[in-house]
Amino acid sequence: MRTRFQQGLDELRQKLLRMGGLAEQAVDRACQAYLDRDLNRCQMVLEGETQINLSERQIDELAFDLLAMQQPMAVDLRFILAVTKINADLERVGDQAVNIAERVMDMVSLPAVDLPVDIARMSAAVSAMVRRALESFIEAKAELAQAVLEMDNVVDRMRDEAFIVLVKTMNERPETTRQALDALLVARNLERVADHATNIAEDVIFWVRGADVRHNAPQEGVVQEPPAQRAATETH
Amino acid sequence: MGVGIQVEKLNAWYGRTQALHDINLKVQANHATALIGPSGCGKSTFIRCLNRMHETTPEARVEGTIKIGDYDAYQGTSATQLRRRIGMVFQKPNPFPTMSIYDNVAAGLKLNGYRDKKHLDEVVEKSLASSALWDEVKDSIHKKSGASLSGGQQQRLCIARALAVEPEVLLMDEPCSALDPISTGKIEELIFELKAQYTIVIVTHNMQQAARVAEYTGFFLLGRMIEYDKTEKIFTNPSDKRTEDYITGRFG
Repeated sequence: MRTRFQQGLDELRQKLLRMGGLAEQAVDRACQAYLDRDLNRCQMVLEGETQINLSERQIDELAFDLLAMQQPMAVDLRFILAVTKINADLERVGDQAVNIAERVMDMVSLPAVDLPVDIARMSAAVSAMVRRALESFIEAKAELAQAVLEMDNVVDRMRDEAFIVLVKTMNERPETTRQALDALLVARNLERVADHATNIAEDVIFWVRGADVRHNAPQEGVVQEPPAQRAATETH
Repeated sequence: MGVGIQVEKLNAWYGRTQALHDINLKVQANHATALIGPSGCGKSTFIRCLNRMHETTPEARVEGTIKIGDYDAYQGTSATQLRRRIGMVFQKPNPFPTMSIYDNVAAGLKLNGYRDKKHLDEVVEKSLASSALWDEVKDSIHKKSGASLSGGQQQRLCIARALAVEPEVLLMDEPCSALDPISTGKIEELIFELKAQYTIVIVTHNMQQAARVAEYTGFFLLGRMIEYDKTEKIFTNPSDKRTEDYITGRFG
């Protein structure tokens, strides 16, 4: 038994879970800030980003050390590769939360208007995706991760519906254009968080099963299409 | 050119102790195949069965079929004839210490009755070039003894000696375990080049080495072959839990 190596893997797992907690909290706070027009929560999201960025670096450093010093194989190799990718996705989840918080800070200077879009429902769905993706990692369960992949289509539809109704609102009530645009951008940020949760779930499946399910990839022996670009994200 | 090796229901014993149990394996021609597993798992016994060295151990015996290309290794072929077709490199470099570099390489041919100096010169140069040693020793092949070379050079000399008789298969039993990383790197590069002409079976305790040089890998445990597959499959996503436990160090 390689005790020190196992300790390193456990430490990596713990660090990633803490990182996941921070990212999940950032999204929840940003969504609540949008719903309540709450500047205090926006500030908490902005301040929390520093810790997320620091965690990202610490996790990458530890993963890099384990790769260099322990030459992991098989499930351990897949675990470390998955952790580095999940780490990057969580950092981007944090970025999306910051984008939402900044949108809210812009939005509160404008009068509140009633918009025909249910951001609360969308944020609940996205938060659930992030939470379940992290649960699938904690429990090493590909079935849980698979359920997250299936939720992504639901969020995509919410984003599309939000786009249609908000553009219609802008045309019919031009005085609400800025508020509608803010809501549209928040919906887009949320949809990207869902994309990152999907990526995390795919990485968990790769770790647990050794199967690459990205982009509906065909399995071994079948020529694959070039991988599509991952969802572009706004970074800070 | 290398030939494939087909092993069916191979069992081997040392006295009453069974060392191999029902091994079935198809080694691809002109590829490197690595055999891994803990000490005493039977991997060295397995390759010693391929060139009939196992039978040189008192009270050792073998059952089953081994085909080297179209030839049956144990039926209608003498061990000497077989070993002419199967070269072997051992863990510890073992050049003939008092012979010159040239004579070390030419020894196999001379034993087989070759005397034509021009032919011998050509084979010695070609073999030393194939083992990536020629440039380092070409000015002293008659002056220096095999034992005067460094460990890594001695191992490449042993490879040249094995290649000189133009085998079809090259067996390597932990060929780098006594070498430093630079010499190991040279041998690994050599294995990569040699498989274009030879079929290579390498026993190694170094899993990174197996991953670097071999297209196929077999995992042995307690005299049985647990898993045999493409190397990338074995090292990234093995099918058998025992393989995974071994290569991830959870074994035992």
